[in-house]
Amino acid sequence: MSAILEIKDLCASVEGNEILKGISLTINPGEVHAIMGPNGSGKSTLAQVLAGREEYEITSGEVLYKTEDLTDMDPEERAREGIFLAFQYPVEIPGVSNTYFLKAALNAIRKHRGEKEIDAVDFLRLVREKMKLVHMDESLLRRPVNEGFSGGEKKRNEIFHMAVLEPTLGLLDETDSGLDIDALKVVAEGVNVLRQDDRSFVVITHYQRLLNYIVPDFVHVLVDGRIVRSGGKELALELEEKGYSWLEAEVGALATA
Amino acid sequence: MQATAETSSFLTSAREASAQLPDPTGGPLAALRQRGFERFEALGFPTTRMEDWRSTSVAPLAQSSFVAAPRDTKLAPEDIAPHTYAGTCSLVFVDGVFSTELSSQPDVPEGVFAGTLQDALEQRPAEVMKHLGQYARLDEQAFVALGTSHLQDGFCFLIPKGVVVEQALHVLFVSATPGVAAYPRLLIVAGENSQATLVESYVALHEGEGFNGPISEFALDANAVVDHYKIQRENLSTFHIATQQVYQGRSSTLRSHSISIGGRLVRNDANGVLDAEGISCTLNGLYLVDGDQHVDNHMRVDHAKPNCYSHELYKGILDGGGRSVFNGLIHVHPDAQKTDAVQSNRNLLLSSNSLASSNPQLEIFADDVRCTHGSTIGQLDEDAIFYLRSRGIGDAAARSLLTYAFASDIIERIKIDSVREEMEEFLFHRLPHGEIVRQAV
Repeated sequence: MSAILEIKDLCASVEGNEILKGISLTINPGEVHAIMGPNGSGKSTLAQVLAGREEYEITSGEVLYKTEDLTDMDPEERAREGIFLAFQYPVEIPGVSNTYFLKAALNAIRKHRGEKEIDAVDFLRLVREKMKLVHMDESLLRRPVNEGFSGGEKKRNEIFHMAVLEPTLGLLDETDSGLDIDALKVVAEGVNVLRQDDRSFVVITHYQRLLNYIVPDFVHVLVDGRIVRSGGKELALELEEKGYSWLEAEVGALATA
Repeated sequence: MQATAETSSFLTSAREASAQLPDPTGGPLAALRQRGFERFEALGFPTTRMEDWRSTSVAPLAQSSFVAAPRDTKLAPEDIAPHTYAGTCSLVFVDGVFSTELSSQPDVPEGVFAGTLQDALEQRPAEVMKHLGQYARLDEQAFVALGTSHLQDGFCFLIPKGVVVEQALHVLFVSATPGVAAYPRLLIVAGENSQATLVESYVALHEGEGFNGPISEFALDANAVVDHYKIQRENLSTFHIATQQVYQGRSSTLRSHSISIGGRLVRNDANGVLDAEGISCTLNGLYLVDGDQHVDNHMRVDHAKPNCYSHELYKGILDGGGRSVFNGLIHVHPDAQKTDAVQSNRNLLLSSNSLASSNPQLEIFADDVRCTHGSTIGQLDEDAIFYLRSRGIGDAAARSLLTYAFASDIIERIKIDSVREEMEEFLFHRLPHGEIVRQAV
């Protein structure tokens, strides 16, 4: 079976500043990859580039999603093809209902797949089921998207959206930041339920803590726009113990060598 | 300012109207028209050298010439059906002339007058003349003077003390003939403890030029509650210059919403005088401009007495080469302690050629008040667009959705379902990918 995502020597910049400096990564179906690294190492940039944020310019390298070139696709096309980004900072959208928006999004994806629009009864059933996954309060459905949600509610809402849209590739951009331990467990459980053989995840995090609950198959450490080390889940524990400085020092030594 | 060649066709028309129109009151109405003519002759059209007209030139209007309404225009009920609102009673004026055939009989409690100004002048002249022309300021305002010189017919709503009119009334002004100038007059007198709801709308059945110069006067006695909606949507060639003058008594409540969505040059002056304690006055609005449309909303609220509340929220959506002007003044007089006034104007620019001008002003002469004002002019939030797109919503649909959400802030305040739904439908049709917006809100 071919890879879901193949990133080859990817370089990307924003406003002329190179942020990603040659990233290569292969993600196979069913795998969970954690990307860790210090602040400013390019973790979020990688997530945004994969989701299609236009402010980031891909200067070289390639990204194949299910063997197709991803770089020419609009963000909405990527979403319809099964890529989902859970935002680090979910955006508040006054005036747009959380539920109806999600229904429109789901129908856009279904239409793209040549499926019929979901009817109101089925949609409600789906939404109720998925809400339970993340222990989300029903009142949040009727509110405008993320408006007035607490930090934890916003993160749960992202996982809830992901659960309804059922992506092939889920990108979680620091979904753990700002969460207390109970909320973290809920979010992690929501992701774990979605794990299956044909669905992959990229979990971006600064801390190892989340990875106690979402146990990754691979851990990659990003420093200064490059993956400087890859390993299994035990690498996360090593980082927890030693911090990032030893890796940053190694990179620094390489750069000056 | 002296009358110039530009004002001459309007002057002639004003002179003739003020001299020739019938006067069922046997003198006072003719005198009011004559005063209107004299003041218009003295004032002439405003120019951009005047502060209140700095950003809006009426020269294209002044240079046009219009004819009086033909009195025999016949329309079929199906011509106006799309412009009526379910659950309301429609009173229809065609080119400014009342149409009995197209109108329904209002279902109102005894003692209420809801009908044409002409009938009101015949049936209850003293009551009408006690209020007509008493609030709108024809001495200073050229368009009030011009409209008053042509004062002939319009809508009159007299609600006696203690009466609640449950049915919403809809006054529909239809422009059926290109090239016509109409000067509709509205008088709403709400007695003590009374309550009523009024919809005032302007449509055109043609794409040609036209001029509507409505003047409305609202007098609310103590504890009266009036909900008012004005929908302006004639066509892209229309001039529409309106004055709404509000006078409120103790603890009365006015909630007025003005929506402007079509016209070559639209100007709304809405003025409120809060001349007793405990008054609540809401003047909200939404305007949409595109192409080379120009919409100007001018507001002035005078807080003359203590403990009054006024609220103004105006939102504008500008596309193409559309232009908008917002000028809101809250004037707090020295006596008006504990005034609570909030004024806000928000503009959304969808095109780089559109231009919004916003000028909120506070003049405060009391020392214990809470007054806030603010204005914003901005574009759609790119983070929000990316967020929506990353969930599978297309770029154009995402922009439409955010634009709709911006407007819905005003539209959702419309309490008459049929009016609100029509505005929603209008946006679904106007915005690209409206069917996705319809699904997502």
